[in-house]
Amino acid sequence: MSSHDIIIGLAGVLFAAAPVVFATVGETLTERAGIINLSVNGTILLAAMASFAVAVSMHSIWLGFAMGVLVGAAVALLVAFSSISLKQSQVAVGFVLTLMTRDLAYFLGNPYMGLQGPRVQSLPIPGLSKIPVIGVLFFNQDPLTYLSFILIGVAWWWVFHTRPGLTLQAIGERPEAAYARGAPVNKLRYIYAAVGGALVGLAGPTYSLSVKAGWKGTISGLDGIGWIALALTIFGGWDPVRGAIGAYFFALLQWLGLVLQPYLPNVPSQVLQVAPFPLMILTLLLVNIGNAEWVDRTLAGLPPDARRTIRKILRWMQVVPPASLGVPFEEE
Amino acid sequence: MTARLNQMLYVLVAVLVALLFTSLVLVLAGASPVAAYWYILKGSLGSWTKITDVMVAWVPLLLATAGLLVTFAAGLWNIGIEGQIVLGGIFTTWVLRLLQDSTMTPALIIILAIAAGAIGGALWSALAGLLKVYGGVNEIFGGLGLDFVAVALTLWLIFGPWKRPGIGSMSGTEPFPEKLWLPTLGHTRLSLWALLIGLVSAAVVYFLLSGTYFGLKLKAVGKNPRAAHLLGIPTTRYMMSAFLLSGLFAGLAGAVQVTAVYHRLIPAISSGYGWLGLMVSMLINFQPLWAAPVTFFFALLNIGSIQLPIMLKLDSSLSGVLQGALVLSFLLVGGARQRHLARRQVEEASHE
Repeated sequence: MSSHDIIIGLAGVLFAAAPVVFATVGETLTERAGIINLSVNGTILLAAMASFAVAVSMHSIWLGFAMGVLVGAAVALLVAFSSISLKQSQVAVGFVLTLMTRDLAYFLGNPYMGLQGPRVQSLPIPGLSKIPVIGVLFFNQDPLTYLSFILIGVAWWWVFHTRPGLTLQAIGERPEAAYARGAPVNKLRYIYAAVGGALVGLAGPTYSLSVKAGWKGTISGLDGIGWIALALTIFGGWDPVRGAIGAYFFALLQWLGLVLQPYLPNVPSQVLQVAPFPLMILTLLLVNIGNAEWVDRTLAGLPPDARRTIRKILRWMQVVPPASLGVPFEEE
Repeated sequence: MTARLNQMLYVLVAVLVALLFTSLVLVLAGASPVAAYWYILKGSLGSWTKITDVMVAWVPLLLATAGLLVTFAAGLWNIGIEGQIVLGGIFTTWVLRLLQDSTMTPALIIILAIAAGAIGGALWSALAGLLKVYGGVNEIFGGLGLDFVAVALTLWLIFGPWKRPGIGSMSGTEPFPEKLWLPTLGHTRLSLWALLIGLVSAAVVYFLLSGTYFGLKLKAVGKNPRAAHLLGIPTTRYMMSAFLLSGLFAGLAGAVQVTAVYHRLIPAISSGYGWLGLMVSMLINFQPLWAAPVTFFFALLNIGSIQLPIMLKLDSSLSGVLQGALVLSFLLVGGARQRHLARRQVEEASHE
């Protein structure tokens, strides 16, 4: 493999990661506000199918994308409504929705299986795309990939460097304090659920109208990605940038799986495809193990130098969820 | 209005909402809802053979649900159940392969294989439990990751070490000789032994949770782990026991799939019964008494919907839509009802 092939491959990784970035950043925003939307996996499938169906039958790629965003926001609002207004478990409702939207996608998508549909065209940025290496990687992509780059920056800036972002952090950490200061906690939670859900929904058409264009039912290869996005949200420590880095790492692994396939003839392709999942467990273990009590006890027996180094590494990896994640808030 | 009537009204409204939603989906797909429901009923209860087919699907679903009720009692979301069923299937296949050419009596081989399946499920479940209890990995993600790993393990076995003479295929491993099958009833696919395993397991879970000290403590851990810990209940040990028990029943489901239904290891050995068991558990609000009838109904929907592609050119995933709509509708209507009741209480209090 030449260096040129590798650069093209890495450009493909950035392209393929775009939907995972959308879903991860969207879920990060929702969870920052204190709502867990567990429906991501099914939502992506339903949004992918619905937007493909709309794009094919209306001959409009724009309407397709609008449909995907709408589906994502609607499902997320249902999770928010049942938790905020009906006081039902977010995990239960999200989980049922993830299974139901998946079956809904397979059922309603049946007539659209294998049809030819429109596809987002790539849009090289004049001038910039000619820069060696960087041009191919960052400026010779399709509009969605550019959008994913921009989204990471905007989300990070919004959460950590704006006043509304500060309020967002507050309603996920200490909603009663935020409410006392005049933040409409539940209204904001609805809004962030919808915005985050819309971004998760955007991942659907990004697959069905671009990255994996078309709808192929159960063999579309999209089942499972939503769960990865949910895990990446944790791995990212509810930071959009760190979550996005995880998304790129995931896409890189998938690409490596494809590249290495010919060298591992004895390993069925399905096995390489699930490689991200044990890694998901491992990364979740690494970011959580610093919280475990027995680790503290074991470390106490080590010489001080080693103890300090290990503590430092663990603290660097460790993530702590928003304090009120999944906890309903009663406005009184 | 009496409480009982109120309760029945709630169930009725929830079922109607779910049916209305599913009918809308059918209309959207250009199909007649009446025809679809009719074929589902005919395809599941239309003949004695069809009813036994429903029971074939009922057994693993009941086993998975029984297992899940144990973990739910401890407040745990055992999403890894799907993988635990798979490992049950793998362990059972493994023992059958080891012993099929031995001089042991077939009955003993089958019993050992089923026991191995239960152990396999319990071990896989323990893994999710260890990750949760000692690694701080939320059981939803740990279990989910292990589900995918279990499926990959099956595929690797089917295409690798356990592949059929010649070339491995998606149809699974080489079928076992008939003497190693759990005997079935007449010309049907139903094994009464499997049915017995399912019903006994459901009964065991029912008595364990509602009639023993262990069940009581388990529920205390589920309700409030910190309070339970302060009361002197070893919470981590109880959580691990819940995982082990849950995995044991899931493993039995996999063992039944291999010994009584497929007679070999296939890629989709769990057939999604773990997911479905999670849905049933939520629908029955985790009350063991309802596990058997509701799992039967869900199995009926699964078997009946097989007719949809044949008769109406519809995808059989409609059963999943209807099942999901039912669970969601019960959650939402239940929430609305509680909100209404709470409001009325506030109003009554202010009138006094």
